[in-house]
Amino acid sequence: MSPLHLCLLLSTGLFCIGLAGALSRSNAILVLLGIELMLNAANLNFIAFWRYGPAPSAGAGVVFVIFTIAVAAAEAAVGLALVIALHRHRRNLRLPEATRLKG
Amino acid sequence: MILLLALLILVPAAAAMLRRNLVHSALLLVLSWAGLAAFYLWSGAEFVAFAQVLVYVGAVSMVVLFAVLLTRQNPDRAAPPDAAARLRAGAAVLTAAAVGAVIGHAILATPLPAAAGAPPVLTVRQLGLELMGRHAGSLLVIGALLTVALLGAVVLAAAEPGEKPGGKP
Repeated sequence: MSPLHLCLLLSTGLFCIGLAGALSRSNAILVLLGIELMLNAANLNFIAFWRYGPAPSAGAGVVFVIFTIAVAAAEAAVGLALVIALHRHRRNLRLPEATRLKG
Repeated sequence: MILLLALLILVPAAAAMLRRNLVHSALLLVLSWAGLAAFYLWSGAEFVAFAQVLVYVGAVSMVVLFAVLLTRQNPDRAAPPDAAARLRAGAAVLTAAAVGAVIGHAILATPLPAAAGAPPVLTVRQLGLELMGRHAGSLLVIGALLTVALLGAVVLAAAEPGEKPGGKP
């Protein structure tokens, strides 16, 4: 088994942990953290293919990861602002009870 | 080495998703993100490793901890997991296991280059030239996206006018 296989399996494991967390937890913050874990698994794939890929290019993988990290940071900021707005309206963060769009 | 790194990344992530205490979850995820930075260092992508430390271990974890502390509830009000929550957790784990099995089988069935050559050399100077040359348009779009996202976050989280702080509107 090559190192690329191992890296891809590692990122699969990370993605599945994030997926299970995002689907199972009812707390909004933990769902957001699960989504962050899935994004991190994608970053790991970019780096693995940049390092071990069949045709290593100059820096495309690293540039992609930098852009993904920026988008993930923006997503975390907006998501946590949404969490705070949800908490202000409903006094809790349980997603199964937040079923209305109009506060 | 990669197995050690995998342990450092996966175990705190799984533990974070299992804990009921949100502060513990956030701190365990910081450990997992630091493990990812170690993986990037090991792969030879030093710039990404330091960006990961700055953005995730430094900034995102602080934002998450602030959100946890701002939305803190009474610990005795946290309901124990009921039957619906257990059913949802079981279905989620089943779904994740199925997805993982499919992806893992696809990975193992794909012939990938076995030989690990020398790591590609990428200096920060080359990276800057790439960012400012071929990817300059994308860089501008990312800058605009970050600005808009931060303004949107402020608008979303700001208290509405006429609302008393800490009370129902």
